[in-house]
Amino acid sequence: MVGSPAPDKPVLFQDGKRLDGRALDELRPLKIVAGVLKEADGSAYVEWGGNKVICGVYGPRECIPKHDANPYKALMKCRYTMSPFASLEEHGRSGPNRRSTEISKVIKEAYDSVVMTGEYPKTQIDIYVDVLQAEGGTRIAAIAAATVALASAGLPMKDMISGVAVGKADGQLVVDLGKAEDNFGESDMPIAFKHRSKEIVLMQMDGKLTPEELSANIDAAIEGAEKVYALQAEALRKSYDVTEKQEFRM
Amino acid sequence: MILMGEEMREMVLQEVQREMLINMLAQGKRMDEREKYGYRKVNVQKGVLTTAEGSALAQIGDSKVLCGVKFGEMTPFADRPTEGVFMVMAEFLPLASPVFEPGPPSPESIELARVVDRGIRSAEVIDTKSMFITEGKVLAIFIDLYVMDHGGNLTDTAALAAAAALSDTKVPKVVDNKIVRGDYVGPLNLPDKPLTCTFIKVGDHLLLDPLREEERAAECQLTVGTVDGYVVCMQKSGTGSLKKSEVMERVDVALKKGNELRDLI
Repeated sequence: MVGSPAPDKPVLFQDGKRLDGRALDELRPLKIVAGVLKEADGSAYVEWGGNKVICGVYGPRECIPKHDANPYKALMKCRYTMSPFASLEEHGRSGPNRRSTEISKVIKEAYDSVVMTGEYPKTQIDIYVDVLQAEGGTRIAAIAAATVALASAGLPMKDMISGVAVGKADGQLVVDLGKAEDNFGESDMPIAFKHRSKEIVLMQMDGKLTPEELSANIDAAIEGAEKVYALQAEALRKSYDVTEKQEFRM
Repeated sequence: MILMGEEMREMVLQEVQREMLINMLAQGKRMDEREKYGYRKVNVQKGVLTTAEGSALAQIGDSKVLCGVKFGEMTPFADRPTEGVFMVMAEFLPLASPVFEPGPPSPESIELARVVDRGIRSAEVIDTKSMFITEGKVLAIFIDLYVMDHGGNLTDTAALAAAAALSDTKVPKVVDNKIVRGDYVGPLNLPDKPLTCTFIKVGDHLLLDPLREEERAAECQLTVGTVDGYVVCMQKSGTGSLKKSEVMERVDVALKKGNELRDLI
């Protein structure tokens, strides 16, 4: 997903463990902090393996341009971008590109189904997600952050969204693909669910899978997403704990 | 819910906060009870990114700026064929403030990047002559400033982040005229750390390290960049004016405060 793959494919499994020593269904270390920015209406910072993602939410606020305003509901907007220093390879370009524009679109659409936009006609709600450091699975890390940021902005939501990337590497079903598994594996499938109904609100897939493998992937993702949800809820709970005011550290 | 555009909100706040600030200053007080030449809490964290050759997160009060330093290869400028290049860029992320909009760089973000750039360039802390690879190819250093939260005084926060990130930077190994990613020859030689001190002017008062609220009320702003003992860049911005005596007093303050900030890196 990120950067250009090195020419040599590394060994993805050794003694039944993955490259970084994880079990097949084990997530990378995940840290979520809510309310890290003062200016934003809601915010969250996520470290997921080597990914570092910050998210800020503004709104509901005046819709610009005005002719985009919907008289029945708020307009959801999302801008996902990658920093020029996010990858180990050469210096990238800042700002949106084709890849980030697609990701922004699917993230926005995922939240359009849970945020109660009907409460705020003629306004817009902005989700800004910036990937500061990338190590595979950034859109799912963005989802982990955006859900918490929207909730910390006090926006009414029908449900929380949590997701994880699942896929196939060296013939094995793996949960939460790392960068090498993403680059050299056979399939990558970022997927996000509504927490209570387990309905899918974001799903993308590349690679080659049988219907059986696909079904097993979705089941594994539901379990993985559950672990993410627990940390999202915990982050929100902590942000309202006045006795524990923490300073922002990366 | 009253819907007010961000521009209108800024205009109203400007009026209200200017009056409030002037009233408070008349009683000898700043909005957050700080002395006129005092900094808010300053926090610098180096080495926060593993993908960049150097990085730092600087926080002054509520302002947060992340700096990433990346090396690249480039064709040198025609007039300096044996010298490496470096450039400073600033990104005002829309998540940092309700007034920052997505889109092309604003004049403010370009000004900030250029002031920080001038400080580093005039201080001659980066030895561009050592960045020659081969004919037609030199090393380039990209210094990216990511503004993440706008709590006022972004210039000093950004200069601090840049200096800290440069002092954290490792120079990559070059083999067969190509950078080997993840392999380093050693730390970047950085003889000094250029930093800035920014003051705002309100009436006859000049205040160091302005809050966002104080900036809104300001007539103009003065930034003084220093290394130990020298002034390396200056910038006056905003519509008001400054007397020579006002400038000289703040230069002395900047030289002293600059050294205090350097000790925090």
